[in-house]
Amino acid sequence: MSAHEFEPRIVGFLCRWCSYNGADLAGTSRMKYPPNLIPIKTNCSGRVDPTHVMKAFAEGADGVLISGCHPGDCHYINGNWRTAGRYPMMKKLLEQLNIDPRRLRLEWVSAAEGDKWARVVTEFIEEVRELGPLGWKDQVADEYEQQEAVSA
Amino acid sequence: MSKPKFAMYWAAACGGCEIAVLQIKEKILEVAENFDIVFWPVATDFKYKDVEAMADGEILLTLFNGAVRNSENEYMAHLLRQKSQVLVAFGACAAQGGIPGLANVSTAAEIKELVYIDNPSVQNPDRVFPVERFEVPEGELDLPHLYDTVRALDQVEDVDYYIPGCPPEGPQIWAVLETIIGILKNGGDLPPKGTVLGAGTKTCCDECSRVKKEKKITGFKKPWEVPWDPETCLLEQGIICMGPVTRDGCGGRCTSVGMPCRGCYGPPPGVTDQGAKMLSTLASIIDAESPEKIAEIAATVPDPLGTFYRFGLAKSMLRRAKV
Amino acid sequence: MKKVSIDPITRLEGHGKIEIFVDDNGEVANVYFQIPELRGFERFCVGRPVEELARITPRICGVCPEAHHMAAAKAIDACYGAEPTRTGKMLREILYNAFSAADHTTHFFVLAAPDFVVGPMADPAERNILGLIAKVGPEAGGKVIQMRAWSHELIEIIGGRSVHPVSTVPGGVSKPLSKEEAARVKEIADYQVEFAQFAIEIFNQVVLGNSEYVDLIMSDMYAHKTYYMGVVDENNKVNFYDGDIRVVDPDGKEFVKFAPDDYLQHITERVEPYSYLVYPYLTGVGWKGFVDGKDSGVYRAAPLARLNAADGMSTPLAQAEYERYFETLGGKPVHATLATHWARLVELLYAAERTQDLANDPDVTSTDIHSMPTGITGEGIGVVEAPRGTLYHHYKTDENGFVTACNLIVGTTNNNAAISMSLKKAAQGLIQPGGEISEGLLNEVEMAFRAYDPCFGCATHTLFGEMPLEVAVREQSTGEVLNTVRRFV
Ligand code: SF4
Ligand code: SF4
Ligand code: SF4
Ligand code: FES
Repeated sequence: MSAHEFEPRIVGFLCRWCSYNGADLAGTSRMKYPPNLIPIKTNCSGRVDPTHVMKAFAEGADGVLISGCHPGDCHYINGNWRTAGRYPMMKKLLEQLNIDPRRLRLEWVSAAEGDKWARVVTEFIEEVRELGPLGWKDQVADEYEQQEAVSA
Repeated sequence: MSKPKFAMYWAAACGGCEIAVLQIKEKILEVAENFDIVFWPVATDFKYKDVEAMADGEILLTLFNGAVRNSENEYMAHLLRQKSQVLVAFGACAAQGGIPGLANVSTAAEIKELVYIDNPSVQNPDRVFPVERFEVPEGELDLPHLYDTVRALDQVEDVDYYIPGCPPEGPQIWAVLETIIGILKNGGDLPPKGTVLGAGTKTCCDECSRVKKEKKITGFKKPWEVPWDPETCLLEQGIICMGPVTRDGCGGRCTSVGMPCRGCYGPPPGVTDQGAKMLSTLASIIDAESPEKIAEIAATVPDPLGTFYRFGLAKSMLRRAKV
Repeated sequence: MKKVSIDPITRLEGHGKIEIFVDDNGEVANVYFQIPELRGFERFCVGRPVEELARITPRICGVCPEAHHMAAAKAIDACYGAEPTRTGKMLREILYNAFSAADHTTHFFVLAAPDFVVGPMADPAERNILGLIAKVGPEAGGKVIQMRAWSHELIEIIGGRSVHPVSTVPGGVSKPLSKEEAARVKEIADYQVEFAQFAIEIFNQVVLGNSEYVDLIMSDMYAHKTYYMGVVDENNKVNFYDGDIRVVDPDGKEFVKFAPDDYLQHITERVEPYSYLVYPYLTGVGWKGFVDGKDSGVYRAAPLARLNAADGMSTPLAQAEYERYFETLGGKPVHATLATHWARLVELLYAAERTQDLANDPDVTSTDIHSMPTGITGEGIGVVEAPRGTLYHHYKTDENGFVTACNLIVGTTNNNAAISMSLKKAAQGLIQPGGEISEGLLNEVEMAFRAYDPCFGCATHTLFGEMPLEVAVREQSTGEVLNTVRRFV
């Protein structure tokens, strides 16, 4: 598959208090950004369980975006502090699994920042497009199929 | 009446699980008394064809230890499933992939290159590798096929129960066997399928004798960087301890000698990905004045993969490294 | 050509398989000993913080995890530039010697002794530890069980767990020994010495008192004139935990003595396409194939080799036994593979005495249990004598202490070539023209193999009898089984 045919699949975990509204604003303001992102509304970025991030990759995502309120603005006071702590560990883990850590991104986007949202998403999609497909699901499925074939 | 049949098998295992069964000491006599041991490679006739000749479901209980790493392991997993009424994933390797599962950071070809070419003590100018089929002057020899991805037993076959631990502790093993023998003798229902046996339903922290106060840390430490103290929680001292995300059952063995838990009893109930859970737990106890500072500390965690997924990489959400 | 499979004879760090090819005259053409397993520790140790290798590498083998734990600990000390404190080293050594004594006990009583005590030609159903107990009295069984249980208790006190201990840290151990624990350790050590003497007593009565057995041990069928390797202390005495590696030639003369750090200059490993396990040989002699003699780099390790490679034992009772061993067996070196069993008892006594000495040292309860790393050196080599041979762990790290390379030469691997040779020799005696195989002869192959203790050295045989074996002579073209002998309980 050549780079321009490839349409990245991005999963976005968006805090409902800020980023989700920011995305909404971008939409209603008819700001243009590519449609590759599947948004998932969460109560707080702090509620994004790292398991869900891993799961998104395992199920075929090429990139994952986590977006929450700016530090200090978290509805739950410091939910996003946890997010900030998890993020570098997740990146390191991805790297150890030979997955380019740029496939995971954390951004602080407020409800008023529709423009920032559009920019972040566009940038991220382009970055992932450059990286190419991750193809996680297929890799694991192929491998298991091969194993079955050998043992049969 | 003939006794119910018992089997035990090792796949990609170290043998520790088998030794652990012997830690039940004289109780092993009771196992021998109540079961007809039909297949146990260390103890009885080892031939696979004897198992092949059995009727389906002829074996009542099979304790399967070791991960599935090659075609032979997998063949035996299928065969023993077919012949056993109850198939138990015994030990961390069978239950979660265990330490052999760490090989999922690489591929079989990469491992062979390292072991047979790169290792400094190896001399192999002709690049000879072990092969699955090899002609010797006298005939043919074969070896099993080495897979790229190590799997836990339930990623290959349907599993009835799990007994976690690397290896499971003797008293826990006996408790399980005693219960099963009791049910056989006096009737009663076996636990529901999928139950984790020989372990608790809480976390290692619950049975660890160390005192937890307030889990707040400002950086990571190694066990020898803090003075010996039998009482304070290791995690609170900054030593990464998997206790909070590990099922209880061992009695807090490692922490009792001042070494952090590495998670061999697997995740507690409700946790699917032990490593992701640990990552999350750790992030929540880092204490600093700003998210930036927290991120900075979090970035110093030494080896998330090898620590958080020491025993569970094969069973984790992502299972292996990208190739 | 027919193919005889002994599949699998037993396991070491994997499952073992022996293929014997018989030519059209019914004579053994060749024997192949195959290890069908590879787990790749060398690869996945890379990237880990080096100290974690003491908790990862023991999973290579659950029969001797203590050996891997200690070899790793020593390599880690070197990587961190942390010289162990006196107490730290003592506690490690106590654990290690107690383990060695327990392992030797298991092997001798469960696997080896029944052959001798009950008799190699006895009914296989009786040739097990139960038969042994019937012969020497029920208290013997109780003693063996207590020896094993107490030794494991000691390992647990110091190591945290008896299978896969955890307590070493750079420069020592993680936990001091309390006064109460020390008292218990002493009690266990005393018992170990008592037990070792009892074991030798049984050996005297039953084996040495019977000239038939002595002849069997000394028979040419079980002999190989090879080089021998073992770790020795500064006085060239056997030491399990620390020292230089000494190699003697088939005449018993020192061939080379080297520091663990120099192992790469002296050992080379060879790859064969039919086994996942490599074949080490002495670099200074070179590989000449699966043959013995002075021109062949094949060497042996483990008890027989250790006694040959050393000048004696550092503890008095074991030294006396060492002298008697060589006197009885006609001087050094002893090439008879089956003498390994006696050598193992000499070592059992040594390990027990050593544990006792250390346990009596007042420093054993000091809280100076480990030193502090002085900096990351980037490389470390740790060598110990595992029950089944010299064990090498060699790590390299980056400047932050993360492993970048890991090389392991595991105890049994040392004997890989010698085992193949012994099996061939035994098979040649076993398989007579005409394809007739008798059950009694079958045990002889097994005895040759068992002496190396590559076997799963556990107490299962205590209850379930002998090592299971089946030999089938097959018509290779059709796969038809012409003759089968099986022996299992
Ligand atoms: S679970 Fe642990 S003890 Fe059991 S086989 Fe695996 S590594 Fe060995
Ligand atoms: S030391 Fe580990 S297991 Fe014990 S309480 Fe603390 S975190 Fe839990
Ligand atoms: S403390 Fe953790 S790693 Fe140690 S035995 Fe218990 S569960 Fe396993
Ligand atoms: S509420 Fe938005 S990040 Fe916490």
